[in-house]
Amino acid sequence: MTGAGGVASSDPSGVCAKMEEEESIRVVHCGGSELNFRRAVFSADSKYIFCVSGDFVKVYSTTTEECVHILQGHTDLVTGIQLNPSNHLQTFLVGPKLYALFTHHSAEDSVFVTINKEEPDVFQLVSVKLPKSPSQEIEAKELSSILDYINQSPKCIAFGRKGEYVAVVRDFYLSVYFFKKKTTSRFTLSSSKNKKHARNGFTCVACHPEEDCIASGHMDGKIRLWRNFDDDKKYTYTCLHWHHDMVMDLAFSVTGSSLLSGGRECVLVEWREAGEKNKEFLPRLGATIEHISVSPAGDLLCTSHSDNKIMVIHRNLETSAVIQGLVKDRSILTGLTIDPKTKALVLNGKPGHLQFYSLQSDKQLYNLDIVQQEYINDSGLFQIELTKAAFGCFGNWLATVEQRQEKESELEMQMKLWKYNKKTQGFVLNTKINMPHDDHITALCFCNAERCETLTLVTASKDGHFKVWILTDDSDIYKKAVGWTCDFVGSYHKYQATDCCFSEDGSLLAVSFEEIVTIWDSETWELKCTFCQRAGEIRRLCFGRLTCSKYLLGATENGILCCWNLLSCALEWSAKLSVRVMEPDPQSENIAAVSWSSEGSDLFVFKPSEPRPLYIQKNVCREEVQWGVFVPRDVPESFTSEAYQWLNRSQFYFLTKSQSLLTFSTKSPEEKLTPTSKQLLAEESLPTTPFYFILGKHRQQEDQKLSETSESELVQLPVTENIPAIAELLHTPAHVLPSAAFLCSMFVNSLLLSNETKSAEETPDDVDMEEEKESEDSDEESNFTEHVQITSNTDFREDIIHQLSKSEEKELRRFRKVDYSWIAAL
Amino acid sequence: MGEFKVHRVRFFNYVPPGIRCVAYNNQSNRLAVSRTDGTVEIYNLSANYFQEKFFPGHESRATEALCWAQGQRLFSAGLNGEILEYDLQALNIKYAMDAFGGPIWSMIASPSGSQLLIGCEDGSVKLFQITPDKIQFERNFDRQKSSAIRKMIVDRQYMSVSKRKCIVWGVAFLSDGTVISVDSAGKVQFWDSATGTLIKSHLIANADVQSIAVADQEDSFVVGTAEGTVFHFQLVSVTSNSTEKQWVRTKPFQHHTHDVRSVAHSPTALISGGTDTHLVIRPLMEKVEVKNYDAALRKITFPHRRLISCSKKKQLLLFQFAHHLELWRLGSTVATGKNGDTLPLSKNADHLLHLKTKGPENIICSSVSPCGSWIAYSTACRFFLYRLNYEHDNISLKRVSKMPAFLHSALQILFSEDSTKLFVASNQGCLHVIQLLEGSFKHLHTFQPQSGTVEAMCLLAVSPDGNWLAASGTSAGVHVYNVKHLKLHCTVPAYNFPVTALAIAPNTNYLVIAHSDQQVFEYSIPDKQYTEWSRNVQKQGLHHLWLQRDTPITHISFHPKRPMHILLHDAYMFCIIDKSLPLPNDKTVLYNPLPPKNESDVFRRRTAHAFKISKIYKPLLFLDLLDERTLVAVERPLDDIIAQLPPPIKKKKFGT
Repeated sequence: MTGAGGVASSDPSGVCAKMEEEESIRVVHCGGSELNFRRAVFSADSKYIFCVSGDFVKVYSTTTEECVHILQGHTDLVTGIQLNPSNHLQTFLVGPKLYALFTHHSAEDSVFVTINKEEPDVFQLVSVKLPKSPSQEIEAKELSSILDYINQSPKCIAFGRKGEYVAVVRDFYLSVYFFKKKTTSRFTLSSSKNKKHARNGFTCVACHPEEDCIASGHMDGKIRLWRNFDDDKKYTYTCLHWHHDMVMDLAFSVTGSSLLSGGRECVLVEWREAGEKNKEFLPRLGATIEHISVSPAGDLLCTSHSDNKIMVIHRNLETSAVIQGLVKDRSILTGLTIDPKTKALVLNGKPGHLQFYSLQSDKQLYNLDIVQQEYINDSGLFQIELTKAAFGCFGNWLATVEQRQEKESELEMQMKLWKYNKKTQGFVLNTKINMPHDDHITALCFCNAERCETLTLVTASKDGHFKVWILTDDSDIYKKAVGWTCDFVGSYHKYQATDCCFSEDGSLLAVSFEEIVTIWDSETWELKCTFCQRAGEIRRLCFGRLTCSKYLLGATENGILCCWNLLSCALEWSAKLSVRVMEPDPQSENIAAVSWSSEGSDLFVFKPSEPRPLYIQKNVCREEVQWGVFVPRDVPESFTSEAYQWLNRSQFYFLTKSQSLLTFSTKSPEEKLTPTSKQLLAEESLPTTPFYFILGKHRQQEDQKLSETSESELVQLPVTENIPAIAELLHTPAHVLPSAAFLCSMFVNSLLLSNETKSAEETPDDVDMEEEKESEDSDEESNFTEHVQITSNTDFREDIIHQLSKSEEKELRRFRKVDYSWIAAL
Repeated sequence: MGEFKVHRVRFFNYVPPGIRCVAYNNQSNRLAVSRTDGTVEIYNLSANYFQEKFFPGHESRATEALCWAQGQRLFSAGLNGEILEYDLQALNIKYAMDAFGGPIWSMIASPSGSQLLIGCEDGSVKLFQITPDKIQFERNFDRQKSSAIRKMIVDRQYMSVSKRKCIVWGVAFLSDGTVISVDSAGKVQFWDSATGTLIKSHLIANADVQSIAVADQEDSFVVGTAEGTVFHFQLVSVTSNSTEKQWVRTKPFQHHTHDVRSVAHSPTALISGGTDTHLVIRPLMEKVEVKNYDAALRKITFPHRRLISCSKKKQLLLFQFAHHLELWRLGSTVATGKNGDTLPLSKNADHLLHLKTKGPENIICSSVSPCGSWIAYSTACRFFLYRLNYEHDNISLKRVSKMPAFLHSALQILFSEDSTKLFVASNQGCLHVIQLLEGSFKHLHTFQPQSGTVEAMCLLAVSPDGNWLAASGTSAGVHVYNVKHLKLHCTVPAYNFPVTALAIAPNTNYLVIAHSDQQVFEYSIPDKQYTEWSRNVQKQGLHHLWLQRDTPITHISFHPKRPMHILLHDAYMFCIIDKSLPLPNDKTVLYNPLPPKNESDVFRRRTAHAFKISKIYKPLLFLDLLDERTLVAVERPLDDIIAQLPPPIKKKKFGT
């Protein structure tokens, strides 16, 4: 069993690589992974939170909301994370096949994991004795079973006061295992068979940190506080009831004075002193609370929400930070679009919202409320769905379609046109069109050609029509205004319109009517010609670009990809390919098509002029790909290999049915960190200001000269770059810095010369920031001294730095990289 | 079982008075309950919570406090400023003593039981010494300026008074010096009596917390709120291996709809009572050793005695209320129908008479003679006998004057079947036999109590031929008297549980006795021994479901033409025991519904057993045979009672 590994530093070679065909290019998850999969874990000083995110662990700053680190090491889903209770600098991670992980102070050298027994739904809590080893991954073989037949969710397991007992809930019973007595008590809710109480099954459990008290959450929204549970007869419980739907998670505050609970109501409830009447609320959190965790220092808590969001909340129930990932708990109907202004990926977000998601920084930029109605979280309600979205005129216009259909005959539909407002940097509703069509809108496209004088939008619908909407002057005596009106309605033999597409120059419009493609002149709206291949309904249409603009491509549902030559009005070529996604690259002639068969999805990149694909990647993923999009690169890549040239100017992102956002990449995620967050880490990015001359590298360079001068003794300054107070001052973003008055004394103190070694003020608070170096040092240290306990003492390193010059230090560092593990083997 | 025409009577407009105080006595395992009209009831918790004794109320005597002292002496104090002691043997008030402090709001006995402390309206606290047969004023404590002292509970000779803006409804003093107070702000607060500081406060209700009771072990207490919720608090260890303990609120119980005015804590149960008139006994499952009768929740609403008597000949019902009697003539019908049909009335029920008592005392008992010409009732100090004359639709009422001096109070009144004799059980333990003549009477005999006992007789039964009279007290056995020879015939052997109903069968003169543990005995008076059937029942045992029933059997009667049948009922069922059929054992279905019609005779015979039970009528206060084919059933639906109570505190219910 490859068990838990103390992961503090990471080696880039361990990056997740799913389909490693070649060394250079592979399909990678690009962010957007679930942040709410497990409870987030606070660092000991509550400055950072660790959250499991797909195959990695992301480390966020609780103040700036920035992702400062990505911890890697697993090649599949990370299923648990815990801080090493005896060393705050270490975290434990668990990956697949292990379902939950726990650590506790009382059991320093062992961890607890949930494992699957032979049968598929039978889980077991076992204690794993960790062998003493300094390496990142260790192999543990000593397992001892604690409880059988448990729920795999880590929310259903909680360790009690000082690790004396563990409480596990499942279905209708609570089991408590006492480590000292080695006995298990089981409490069953007796009325579970009763119809009235059929919903009182357990959902989660938490243990009081100081008292023998277990809190359990239930399906019917009740919270039970169990006491005296060491006595099978005298046990007692009390009920707290506010939630009307199931309690999703529970957490005690650090002192145990209050209990936090959350659920579908999107309200965080704080129960003070375990009193039913004494409770505080933090309402309107936006989405179901999935997890709650509390920082060890007690000043912060955080909630993970079903919309892939982590909220950091102050102890006084004020939200202090929101870490929003890609919202994924709903089906994506709008497809993937790129906002030309922000270069953000735009797709369905929260119900009724369009989310703008930055691919670069893997976080949500903002939500645009399209439906503008209060979302009622109740099952069985037919919600208004946002089905289409398209940008026009370089991001100045946004068209959206929303619809709600409760019965077959009752369709409610609205098309909204939003104008970008430069002042407010946001979209403002310009035109609202009720029932633009009598049936579902199947496609929506703007004419984005530069030569168009009037802005044109075309909608195609199942009602057999396509409509052309143009922007017209809507001024009256009160104000100047513009608005959208219908300019032309076209149809073809009452066939349902399935897709529409403008040519690159905007002169032609192609509309597919079931099996037939019609070409219209966009000036006169005359039908120019039709193509019919009798190969099934056309699902997707697109014009070629640049040199290939004379070609029109159509993908049918029967798995035929056709390419027509618009000049000859004849079929140029066709191929048998079951195309799910066909996306033209805006930067080149390339078109990407993703096909799907039962084996998986295959990617083909081709130019319409050549039937031979430029690039084929079989089996990019196991599932069906639903949407794809080309994203222009800020800085072009320079792949020389012909097969990868299509990636030079754009990057291709695609979304699978299970809503994994994937892309092709050569880099590790660590390298992909944006410049802004890099800045946080970088030590050498100080601008050359007068300040820099005091503090920066410059000082050291000048050191030599200065030492020659007579005043050298007077101005002997310490090597400043390693003083935490200064590092903190420089690295913390200005808007979260404490007041200057507060920092001043610390800053000045840090500049004072001290011949003694570090003073008590040198707190190891900041060590997380330098985690990477830190653990390397620590590892080395333990190797040298053959101490296995990994310590977090910083003094050692600081001393060396004081004595060594830069080059010597570098030398030493290289020296340290030498593998000494053989010593251990001796 | 046979088919009957049933008069379903729902016009008995009885509302039990609300419960004001409950007091639990650990020694005898009895519970004293006082109601708002001054009635005090004694429940024997060891005998399936049977209401074995009661003291009638009095208009001016609103009880505010009730306590047990010196073992089994019961005291009450009320707004008339008097302290009363009750005689639990003779079932009367031993004495009343004015405390001279205005209305009394609270009373408590010292743990030793030797002293009694009362809190008066004028703010004084008075200490009384309890002497073997009286109480004696001992001293007066300083007056409190605030009149907000509603109630205080004094323990270990220590007095504690909390003065606050809100009203403190109750306090409890624990041996470790903690004072627990409950107040009108909905809080339960813990105070340190040495420093006078607040230790902890639990806000538990939006309305008043009105009552508190602490267990003897001081590891648990119970509070009752005006919202009808009862909360249980327990002292639990903070951690399993430390001695530090803390009070935590554990379970809430919502068995009441109205104010819980009083709570009590027995070693195994939480007892609560309030304005909604229910007495609720909620057992603590962790304290109950075995799953038996005591392990179930009990809700007592109706008195365990009969308030209704019936004149079979004239089809009259006499309803007894606290201060008046109502006489009704049943309606009649000429229609016929199938089993289960509701027949239309051709003549509605007639309210013939409304007889108000004189004086402030409640009626103890009443009876109408089988011929319908006599009505007798008694209060605590007067006995009334009326002669009724029917002239077509007119009724004239004439009081029989000059009752003998000894006949001033009765616990039970019974007319013989031919209405010529009146039997009166007085609270001295005597039984008076009175010959009734047209318009006058003649005292025939008085059966004196057995030497040495002063136990009052509260149940009477006379044989239809008028020869035998059976009488029973609360604990001793049933005495059978020969009325012809005016002497004691025999005494049925004493049984551990009190008698709840008595009747003598016609012709055979078998005495049928029901006890509070749901046992039924049949005793042959001529043979002076239990009958063969009764022995058989004891040998085989009764069905476990029968023994687990909630309420005691309050009435037994017989079918004139079917000597093998015994009819009996409690509040939730009536039953015809057919002695000719085999007894049910624990494997047979006790509550068999009426057998389906297409069932074969063979099968029916196999499953048939002696107990035919019907649960159609409930809550059933009275059921009797008027003639061979007619039953009268008096029901009192709980909804009708709730409708007459003041509205409860409105609580927001989620989703409404």
